[in-house]
Amino acid sequence: MNQKTDAETEPVQDATAAFELALSESGQGHYVLRLYVAGMTPNSQRAIENVQKICEEHMQGRFELEIIDIYQQPIFAKEGNIVAAPTLVKELPPPLRKFIGDLSQTERILAGLDLRKKD
Amino acid sequence: MAKPDKKSKPAVDELLKIQTGIKGLDEITGGGLPQGRPTLVCGGTGCGKTLLAMEFLVRGAVQFDEPGVFISFEEKSDELTKNFISLGFDLNELVSQNKLSIDYVHLEPREIEETGEYDLEGLIIRIGHAIDTLGAKRVALDTIEALFSGLSNEAILRSELRRLFRFLKDKGVTAIVTGEQGERTFTRFGLEEYVADCVIFLNHAVSQQIATRRLRIVKYRGSAHGTNEYPFLIDSQGFSVMPISSIGLDHPASTERIPTGIPRLDTMLGGKGYYRGSSILVTGTAGTGKSSMAAHFVDAACRRGERSLYFAFEESQNQIIRNMHSIGIDLGRWVDQGLLQFQNARPSLYGLEMHLVVMHKAIDQFKPAIVVVDPISNLVAAASEAEVKSMLSRMIDYLKMKQITAFCTDLTSTNGSLERTEVGISSLMDTWLLLQAMEGSGERNRGLYILKSRGMAHSNQIREFILSDKGAQLRDVYVGPGGVLTGSARLAQEASDKFESLNCKQEIERKQREIERKKTAIEAQISALRTQFEDEKDQLERLISKEKQRDETLVLDNQAMSKVRQADELPAKQTRIEKTGKGGRK
Repeated sequence: MNQKTDAETEPVQDATAAFELALSESGQGHYVLRLYVAGMTPNSQRAIENVQKICEEHMQGRFELEIIDIYQQPIFAKEGNIVAAPTLVKELPPPLRKFIGDLSQTERILAGLDLRKKD
Repeated sequence: MAKPDKKSKPAVDELLKIQTGIKGLDEITGGGLPQGRPTLVCGGTGCGKTLLAMEFLVRGAVQFDEPGVFISFEEKSDELTKNFISLGFDLNELVSQNKLSIDYVHLEPREIEETGEYDLEGLIIRIGHAIDTLGAKRVALDTIEALFSGLSNEAILRSELRRLFRFLKDKGVTAIVTGEQGERTFTRFGLEEYVADCVIFLNHAVSQQIATRRLRIVKYRGSAHGTNEYPFLIDSQGFSVMPISSIGLDHPASTERIPTGIPRLDTMLGGKGYYRGSSILVTGTAGTGKSSMAAHFVDAACRRGERSLYFAFEESQNQIIRNMHSIGIDLGRWVDQGLLQFQNARPSLYGLEMHLVVMHKAIDQFKPAIVVVDPISNLVAAASEAEVKSMLSRMIDYLKMKQITAFCTDLTSTNGSLERTEVGISSLMDTWLLLQAMEGSGERNRGLYILKSRGMAHSNQIREFILSDKGAQLRDVYVGPGGVLTGSARLAQEASDKFESLNCKQEIERKQREIERKKTAIEAQISALRTQFEDEKDQLERLISKEKQRDETLVLDNQAMSKVRQADELPAKQTRIEKTGKGGRK
């Protein structure tokens, strides 16, 4: 058993390294974000302003942002498994993350989006 | 202005209720859950909260054509579907018929970051959308407390929950909200604070290693409700609550009589047997034939084509059938014909309440005319005496209400008083038969007498109870100067009586023969005397006739002589006159 594990460790590390390399080559990944808001409440408006600001500042050119009003399209609330509003969902890159609230705590969002990791 | 007017009309009269369709729950809530309001169902882990919530929706969809929405915070919809298949609910089918929708609301703390102010509008919209899509009337939230572990801002959660419940009320749906039991509170996060209309508490308590599920209605605003803890059962047909403690003393009383299966016992009971729907108790020490009496009763009922249900707490079905063969009763054929059903269970299998619930269920399904409980004393093993008494009184009330004749046996301990039941329930019983072991002259025999039998004239005699291969028989005991005799002593006494009476008979015959003999002797004497008399009479008559002849001869001689002497005519005339005087002979 031990021998086998030792033998397999190296290729795994290789794969991780290759993934990291690919990631950096693709410009630190492409972001797909969805913001679910419930109507034009003050929270919703603040959330929209904040997410647009973060996207422009930190991932310019490599993000898709979709804003969904679940009042108008309630079916998306179920499909996106939304509980709170507003909710920002990072669909890509994995892992999936959800940021709930008006997105006013920029630092937490950046950390959650892996945009602060390499600094 | 128009709106409140519209609303107030139905609301003012009384609280509207919506039937759950769950067996027994509608009875104890007096018609169901409050319509258009949320009801809190709380309890510990594994007490059946989810099942109650789901069954409420399923029954609503199937029986009352009211679609339902199940919001699950804990289990995925395919897990739920799998779980409920085992209870006979096909959720997928209901979903495809648009009668049910299951929404799995999943909160994974790992992937959620709170970044400022938020509300639960997302959840409310989801629920609202599901309700609107189906036109749902019923909603279940299971368990909404999961929100507290997924989201950290309790202040927001609490105000949002309040808003959620208001939303549900505005939607006019009847909701069941489940909540995990807290240490000191009904729910861990104090949901009862928001759901104040109706609170149902489920309990799964273990006492003496036996678990019993119980349901209690803690609160029902604006409605009367049963306040006791009611046992409930979860089985292949779902949830059933037993509203047993609510049964009153207003059951009907039949005048129909049913035979006991032992003809002589019928005679003792006014010639006709027990009353239908009455309760019969047979007590006795070990081995006095209680089960055999039960078997006779069952056999007689099955012969009449009535259904019998036999609850056996000591023996297995096969054992009972085999044992009853030995007294010539074939119970097996009644089982084959579906007239007899055995329910065998050890008393310690589950709690007393559960026994009661199981018995109820069995009775409801099988619809028997008579029920045998053999023996009730064994139930004490499952609970305290007071509990057994309360359980049995509810059982008997229930049976009486259904006009089912109950036949209970009870094992009395040998050192206690015989006229006392182990569980003190004799006062509940209408007919009480006592089987008693009578020891004497080196053997043990069974005696039977009727301690009481309400509403009928009954014998006050002790009878000997004999189990033979032709069944149980009752014999008169020997009551004589030597006391009550049974068994071989009775036989011996009967034999000696027989001998004595034979002796007596012979003596009489002997005396009669003697009379006869004397009569003959005397008659012989009489005839001898008569013969003697006849002889003497003959002789005397002969002498008399001889004398007469001599007299006549003398007259003739005299005439001849006077002829010879040529005497006067006159004397001759005189003699002729004399002759004619004696002339009887002419």
